[in-house]
Amino acid sequence: MSLPRFVDVVVIGGGAVGAACAYFAARSGLSVAVVERGAVASGTSSACEGNILVSDKEAGPELALAQYSQILWRGDLAEFGHLWEFEAKGGLVVSARPGTQGNLARLAERQRAAGIAVEMVAADALPDLEPELNPNMAGGAYYSQDAQVQPMLAAAHLLRLARELGATVHTQTTVTGFLLRGDAVTGVVTSGGTVSAAAVVNAAGTWGGAVAQLAGVNVPVLPRKGYVMVTEPLPVKVRHKVYAAEYVDNVASSDARLQTSPVVEGTRGGTILIGSSRERVGFDKAVDPLVLAAMAGKAIGLFPFLAGAKALRSYFGFRPYCPDHLPVIGPDPRAPGLWHACGHEGAGIGLSVGTGALIAAALTGADPALDLAPFAPERFDTPAAQEAAHA
Amino acid sequence: MPELEMSLDGVPLPARPGQSVGAALAAAGVASWRTTRDGRPRGLFCGIGICFDCLITADGVPNQRACLTPVHEGMVLETGEGERDGN
Repeated sequence: MSLPRFVDVVVIGGGAVGAACAYFAARSGLSVAVVERGAVASGTSSACEGNILVSDKEAGPELALAQYSQILWRGDLAEFGHLWEFEAKGGLVVSARPGTQGNLARLAERQRAAGIAVEMVAADALPDLEPELNPNMAGGAYYSQDAQVQPMLAAAHLLRLARELGATVHTQTTVTGFLLRGDAVTGVVTSGGTVSAAAVVNAAGTWGGAVAQLAGVNVPVLPRKGYVMVTEPLPVKVRHKVYAAEYVDNVASSDARLQTSPVVEGTRGGTILIGSSRERVGFDKAVDPLVLAAMAGKAIGLFPFLAGAKALRSYFGFRPYCPDHLPVIGPDPRAPGLWHACGHEGAGIGLSVGTGALIAAALTGADPALDLAPFAPERFDTPAAQEAAHA
Repeated sequence: MPELEMSLDGVPLPARPGQSVGAALAAAGVASWRTTRDGRPRGLFCGIGICFDCLITADGVPNQRACLTPVHEGMVLETGEGERDGN
């Protein structure tokens, strides 16, 4: 399909976040064109686990966005849940040591105060939730709101729904520059032609920083590599998303070195997904077997039966993270007309729909459901933020 | 080439030395020998050991890839509903 000459909104990126922005913008009555340089969901959206988690988030703006997204996944979008395999599987965070369990209880207390459903689980009650779990655990916390979708299906169906509302989707179309009037962005220049637009939304995920640079603004999104391992199909042995409490610390960490912590969950296909790793190695696509070995070892520590399971394959993705681990959402005052919806790190699938709804509300002049200030694109330009980014 | 005989769920199944279990099943017209949890049929898909769709229980050992498992005289094959317990 040829590009339209003029639309209300151009969305750059056909991953989960771009798809959600396109869907909610189209639903708000805006004309929308999505430009994606590869195929739908060809970036991080197809290299993740499809998490919709509240459990791994400290009370604060990201948790608020996760809660808002929960309302949309389970409410507004509930009728489509079967299309993207929405599974309300629940999350179980487990502690290997009593000290860790104490920290987990304090995190849970703060989350509960923010409205999260979380129950502490004593060590002797863990087998009721996960019979195959290593019996030497100190305890855990159960989060009934944690869920999962098949992320590629979510992106593809949100784009299809957007098209039914009049949006157009253009794959294999690379943005090479912006139409500018002074500092203001008035459209995009792509490999398939130019499109004028009242607003351009940068939903380019891990590549969002490079897109922002084309408009001359700094949005410091950086890649953080994470592997996932897949086992052969097995009977139902893991009922929830189960992970070690240390995962929360690793998510929040800015350490560049390799960090691994066990995350284990079953899929409808019978395979078991094993994570997780996080390391800052740029866009290095080399597969390091030592990382996979470390992940496998820790997963066996959590579920001893996995020692007898065969690994079918592994994959990795580049999570788009910002120095303060918050996404970038909203209009960019440095380049009027340019909006951002990127930098969601490992939470982009879960947070996609909340992000899309906030962007659509702001684009149409409605009051967004959440204050966008903590996600402001220009927040990194203060001297203090620049110092922190280089620390 | 002389034939050898295996069994699939107790029913005789011919094969030739050097064949894979998957090839013998396909040659006998058997396209599926496992179902997913929601009952959809599974058999050979990639045929080269990558996809794990063709899992079968061979001589009592579950989750063997039919495409990589060589046949032998008297081999006992069993179909499965869903995945078999590998432990």
